[in-house]
Amino acid sequence: MSRKPPRDYVAPVQRFRLRYAKRGRLRFASHRDFQRAFERALRRAGVPMAYSAGFSPHPKISYANAAPTGTASEAEYLEIGVARECDADDLRVAIDAALPPGLDIVDVVEARTSDFAARLQASRWRIALPGLTAEQVAAPLHELLGRSECLVERLTKNGVRTFDVRAALLEGRVAPATDEPDACAILTVVLRQATPAVRPDDVLAALRSVAPAPVADGWHQPPPQVTREQQGPLDEGGATDVIVIGDPLAADREAT
Amino acid sequence: MSPESVFPALEALLPRVQKPIQYVGGEVNAVIAEWDAADVRWALMYPDAYEVGAPNQGVQILYEVLNEAEGVLAERTYAVWPDLEALMREHDVPQFTVDSHRPVGAFDLFGLSFSTELGYTNMLTALDLAGIPVLARDRSDGHPLVIAGGHAAFNPEPIADFIDAAVLGDGEEAVLRISEIVRDWKSAGQPGGRDQLLADIAASGVAYVPAFYDVEYLEDGRIRRVVPARTGIPWRVAKHTVMDLDEWPYPKAPLVPLAETVHERMSVEIFRGCTRGCRFCQAGMITRPVRERSKAGIAEMVDRGLAATGYEEVGLLSLSSADHSEIAEVTTYLADCYEGSQTSLSLPSTRVDAFNIDLANELSRNGRRSGLTFAPEGGSERMRRVINKQVTEDDLIRTVATAYGAGWRQVKLYFMCGLPTETDDDVLQIARLAREVIRVGREVSGRRDIRCTVSIGGFVPKPHTPFQWAGQLDHESTDARLAKLRDAIRTDREYGKSIGFRYHDGKPGIIEGLLSRGDRRVGQVILTAWQRGARFDGWSEHFDFDRWAAAAADALAKEPVDLDWYTTRERQHAEVLPWDHLDSGLDREWLWEDWQDAIDEVGVEDCRWHPCSDCGVCDQLGTEIQVGPTDLGLPEIRVSALA
Repeated sequence: MSRKPPRDYVAPVQRFRLRYAKRGRLRFASHRDFQRAFERALRRAGVPMAYSAGFSPHPKISYANAAPTGTASEAEYLEIGVARECDADDLRVAIDAALPPGLDIVDVVEARTSDFAARLQASRWRIALPGLTAEQVAAPLHELLGRSECLVERLTKNGVRTFDVRAALLEGRVAPATDEPDACAILTVVLRQATPAVRPDDVLAALRSVAPAPVADGWHQPPPQVTREQQGPLDEGGATDVIVIGDPLAADREAT
Repeated sequence: MSPESVFPALEALLPRVQKPIQYVGGEVNAVIAEWDAADVRWALMYPDAYEVGAPNQGVQILYEVLNEAEGVLAERTYAVWPDLEALMREHDVPQFTVDSHRPVGAFDLFGLSFSTELGYTNMLTALDLAGIPVLARDRSDGHPLVIAGGHAAFNPEPIADFIDAAVLGDGEEAVLRISEIVRDWKSAGQPGGRDQLLADIAASGVAYVPAFYDVEYLEDGRIRRVVPARTGIPWRVAKHTVMDLDEWPYPKAPLVPLAETVHERMSVEIFRGCTRGCRFCQAGMITRPVRERSKAGIAEMVDRGLAATGYEEVGLLSLSSADHSEIAEVTTYLADCYEGSQTSLSLPSTRVDAFNIDLANELSRNGRRSGLTFAPEGGSERMRRVINKQVTEDDLIRTVATAYGAGWRQVKLYFMCGLPTETDDDVLQIARLAREVIRVGREVSGRRDIRCTVSIGGFVPKPHTPFQWAGQLDHESTDARLAKLRDAIRTDREYGKSIGFRYHDGKPGIIEGLLSRGDRRVGQVILTAWQRGARFDGWSEHFDFDRWAAAAADALAKEPVDLDWYTTRERQHAEVLPWDHLDSGLDREWLWEDWQDAIDEVGVEDCRWHPCSDCGVCDQLGTEIQVGPTDLGLPEIRVSALA
């Protein structure tokens, strides 16, 4: 516990970018739940955080594109500012140890570049659909990919919004699960980052909207399990038909 | 063999409910104990939603105490909201613990902590979801023992049909003794089954087993007597009192929930008990005597707790924290320790005197001085004499003047409505008092933007207090009185806009009154209300007075008693009260004299600073007042190493 760290405003002397994972049962943590847990972990770990000015100073943390509540993720990102120089690897170990199992720090690099948020251009999502075969999902997926537009509605904090799922959908594949005894289709989609974001559940809503009725009935039960596998810059120049998502921390790692 | 986790089945339901994180556990400092390494296993429940239950100190203390004990395991469970309850019923998912998601029915003991009687229906939901018969008499050897604790357990008669036993008073030592009895019974091959186990518990005096007592009634509905139904069962069961709080520094590693809860802070209990003698206050009567934690003990708990949790705020808890004999030293020390560390300290400060302002100033050294809260409880001088709240209007005005003068902008004042002997005028005095607070506040601060909020709730007479004989004010009169007060405040042109008014209607208080002072016949009312859907009765959006009133009318139709009989009726000295055989240590005659003194507006002094008033607790239970100052010094203020 830091006893006499910064009072009032302390400018960060260094910034770090962290990749973290939200796994297992802790995928049910909302973004606010994660924020509280992370800030308390920083205090337990004794990280010398920089604080904002004002009556209630806040530790300098910026969060990017949080995955929705209930969604697991291997690729969430945030940035922290510290008041004293730290070692990236020490931070990774200390913060990871202070977080509860299921919230795990995967990677830490010192921030040496700007425009980090702009590098988070797309995400690859794995959507397990228990109770459905790959064949059942393939038809609506092809139908969706063949369209030029597919609008779905979702209730957001700002009321009902319309999203064009097709415009955000850069890639979609489906295969049978190899490790599940029962039928389970594994749908993998790459979604372009936008504001507001098109989410995996929007893709499922879009598939339901184009699917024939018998398949549509089976889409709710048991619930799909969604994991964000990657998030980062799009490698547009790739020769293959598989979209490549790069490591958004690579630029910081390589910069000197 | 370890029972299977219900998590896979639960997991499929979680995407369909509100705030699923509350059901998954995984909190920092949660204990995952190995099932097979323990031979006595407790499921502990706070019978309210996770956001209220998780921060509860009682459960956190027992959770740690039990998990530290050799061969004992404890896990936690909370009330599930109706959305999940419906899905659990549809998909046959039983009530589960959040630690390992084990079914509650697989444990040896199911302990529930009742801070309020309004959790009774949530207990029935949990029992039913767990597959445990809601009626104790229908349970067999394979079912957990259902044990109630907490303040409400000082009159467990309304839930006597549903629980197997009740523990009165401090739980730390009691749960360990019960664990021993259960272990002995299990290792001996469960001789005599469940009945013998309960008989062993009852005979030891560690807990009250309602099934072993017969209640006989008079024709007019009053109780004739309560007698042990078999030999070897004590006539009276006494409360437990933990002495030397420094030996019980729990919770050492408080839980840090992932879900947002009602208290986003760490708490350190700085003393237990209170002898101020406020006559309405059940907590102050049933937790005597005062036992302080030493200043060194407090400092260590704060230090260790913050390191273990990462919380930004520490609350120094007790029934009247400014009364701790070393409070000034402790607050200065802690304020020095954590100055500049983004750690704030809070003191639930309800005492009305200038010393309190000094403490509050100290605790807010670097921060904003937003609001201070005081609890005069009674609006008129007369009313405060009746309830033995020894504070004069001069004290109050002087205190708030000091507060506004020191830069505080908002003062919150707590009152009660429906106190014994109260008239409309006593309550209307609150408006006058609030106006005076604002007038003086504007004068000393030189500002017009200061505020005073009046918060007022209906008084509910509680067992083991001098007001246990009092008639409760009916809800119509409570509401009418509060409406008059509201109008008096709102129509004030000069000061009304600076005075906030918050109040609760009188109906929930009547049901709380029924459950607080009820006897075993009220069990049928609870069961009926629950069967008709009563859940989460402490939540205004779930509480339904009409459902409860109808349940009371139907369940008590054949009895000579009704809802009014239990609530608005004044009791006489000779009447046997449902909890008379449960010993809080308080001498019944002392309570009665205090009740008479209340009517005569005569005060009683605090035994910490005045001679003993013979309430009976220390003599009866062999306890003593434990207050400082202590000679244990405070540790050096140090700067700990950073990562």
